Amino acid sequence: MSLSPTSDAVYNSPNYLTAPTGIRSWLLTLDHKRIGVMYLALVVAAFALGGFFALLLRLELLTPGPTVMDAMTYNRMFTLHGVIMIFLFMIPAIPGVFGNFFLPLMLGAQDVAFPKINLLTVYLYLIGATIAVWGMIQGGTDTGWTFYTPYSTTTVTTLSPVLLGAFILGMGSILTGLNFIVTIHTLRAPGISWMRMPLFVWAMYATSIIQVLATPVLGMTLLLVAIEKTFGFGIFDPARGGDPILFQHLFWFYSHPAVYIMVLPAMAVISEVVQTFARKNMYGYKAVAFSSLGIAFVGFFVWGHHLFTSGQSTFASGVFGVLSMFVGIFTAVKVFNWTATLYKGAIQVSTPFVYFLGFLYFLIFGGLTGIALSTVSLDVHWQDTYFVVAHFHFIMVGATMMAFLAALHYWWPKMFGRMYSERWSLAASLLVILGFNATFIPQFLLGNMGMPRRYYSYPQQFQSLNVASTAGASVLGFGFVLVLVYLVASFFSGRVAGPNPWGSRGYEWDTPSPPNLLNFPETPVITRGPHEYQDGPSAEVTHGH
Amino acid sequence: MATEAPSAHLAHHFPDLQTQEHAARLGMWLFLATEILLFTVLFTAYAVYRYLFPGAFDEASKLAHVSMGATNTVVLITSSLTVALGIHYARQGDKRKTVGLLAVTIAFGAVFMVLKGFEYHHHWVDGQLPGKFYHFTGLTGPGVSMYFTIYFLMTGLHGLHVLIGMGVLAWIALRAARGEFSREYSTPVELGGLYWHLVDLIWIFLFPLLYLV
Repeated sequence: MSLSPTSDAVYNSPNYLTAPTGIRSWLLTLDHKRIGVMYLALVVAAFALGGFFALLLRLELLTPGPTVMDAMTYNRMFTLHGVIMIFLFMIPAIPGVFGNFFLPLMLGAQDVAFPKINLLTVYLYLIGATIAVWGMIQGGTDTGWTFYTPYSTTTVTTLSPVLLGAFILGMGSILTGLNFIVTIHTLRAPGISWMRMPLFVWAMYATSIIQVLATPVLGMTLLLVAIEKTFGFGIFDPARGGDPILFQHLFWFYSHPAVYIMVLPAMAVISEVVQTFARKNMYGYKAVAFSSLGIAFVGFFVWGHHLFTSGQSTFASGVFGVLSMFVGIFTAVKVFNWTATLYKGAIQVSTPFVYFLGFLYFLIFGGLTGIALSTVSLDVHWQDTYFVVAHFHFIMVGATMMAFLAALHYWWPKMFGRMYSERWSLAASLLVILGFNATFIPQFLLGNMGMPRRYYSYPQQFQSLNVASTAGASVLGFGFVLVLVYLVASFFSGRVAGPNPWGSRGYEWDTPSPPNLLNFPETPVITRGPHEYQDGPSAEVTHGH
Repeated sequence: MATEAPSAHLAHHFPDLQTQEHAARLGMWLFLATEILLFTVLFTAYAVYRYLFPGAFDEASKLAHVSMGATNTVVLITSSLTVALGIHYARQGDKRKTVGLLAVTIAFGAVFMVLKGFEYHHHWVDGQLPGKFYHFTGLTGPGVSMYFTIYFLMTGLHGLHVLIGMGVLAWIALRAARGEFSREYSTPVELGGLYWHLVDLIWIFLFPLLYLV
């Protein structure tokens, strides 16, 4: 195994954080690692903003009547929360940060295929985010993140800026996916065959396919809504022969696959974390690799399960319902392989592993409720209630957020060369998992009792569960703040991590921490598969836990 | 990597020029796929509304100016030939012919846009416009204005792509004139040509759907 020579010369040469200095060297950087770090700063800021609006929503729902805002303000808040969390955090977070940083390292490449396009995506994100958030705050957009017609085309609030912002963000997302696909096809180092690619790369490949093939449809659809709203072309206007349901079809043709843009990268991270912290090779490498492609493929044929109550034919609903359950099969393939990997492993319960356990629980709970929801007769009862809200938060926030935190804690030492406080990080992980459960389990119950989503008030009998949910959200918020505090502290004064504090056999760990500006002094030749623990732990282990 | 003579066009992160060209081509094809999906939304809308209003679409499509549309079809197909020849000569390192053929292609694009402008003008004068702007009295009824909504959206988006394509080809012609391409390296000409072929191809679908059937 010779991924990179570990000579003093390599370890003493400047790393990517320090090599060129000055703000200009960051703003115009073409280095995938710096771009990943910029994405980290941006998506964390977006998450903080979206989380702030979420806490305001929970504050309003503390009491049955008006608490701190009126109905219109509440509608604006959930629109801001949804748009920011989906378009500015969930979709770009893991590909933008960890995909950019680690995909080339895992392929033994010097960079992604198109570094300039990669930098462009950062600016598309920045411009799109600014236009969208400014537009929503300025114009008071109140449609929710789904922009359903005909309400969206007739509301008195401003809509076009947020649609334009989402279009620009979509362009960035497409280009990131395109860049990753081409990188994976053309820049694998000698020795990395398709069946030797890390599973992180496989799942990012599946994600990228969805980003490239689904996002243009959303972009055009949002432009049509903007044109309809601005010029009255009638394309979704029943008075002029337009069909508002067509909007729902087009919207969900992107937005359901987009759920897998959010969750496949999470699965990507988990496959790496479970192998490292169980000291075991993946139980079924091929099954996990191909199930990612399976999810990406089936994901394109399930959008109709969002239209069970929109006048879709019973037959179509039945077909979409059954197809949706196929996603559950591919997901189960992954879950069984992850758990089988643990069997007889030398498990190290560090913070990333705790997040892995949290992920598994949220994914299974959220996934099973998803299968229940894809059953038409059950969905008709739960449609537009808090049951649906709790379900997708379990997957999108629960599972994806757990994986984001697992990735952040797993790769933090590699990215910044420092360790964080294990005690504080374990405490925070328990707070986050506990707070999350306390927030959303009451919402499952509320939804099952019939509480509809997107209302700022509710009948008296729902209050105790809503209070529990709000309390949980506060714990969750506190947990996130804690993570931010100890990670910032670690950046400045954490213990030096060394190249491989976890003793991982992932390719990316055979570099110095932080990696050098040029990833490898010369193109590495790979002579083993990823995570081959039967050969013993990596030679570069400097200290264990 | 070390054995090959370094090329001025080779970026540091590619092992050799072949790999870099392969990456560029793959990237372009993926980009073209996203372009097709952009149009797919409008093709879907066309299919849905044609299904909902078969009679109205049939009548309204007779208002389209078939002769100008047909001329434009010939113009665009010919321009695909000239751009293909341009790529051919770029690969042979013939700078003069490459620039000339790209210029002819751009001129064809301009002819297309001018004719399209005349068509739009006629529809404008007659009030054959999308949605609430439709005030043509010769043909009324549900679904008629929807034909023009679809017509203007599809041809408008396509026209925008023709303009972008002209800009791209102009930029490549400029680079060719500066002598940036050679037998060894002519990938950008090829990629620009691919884009132009796509613009042509989409029109080949638009013309029968909007003018003929």
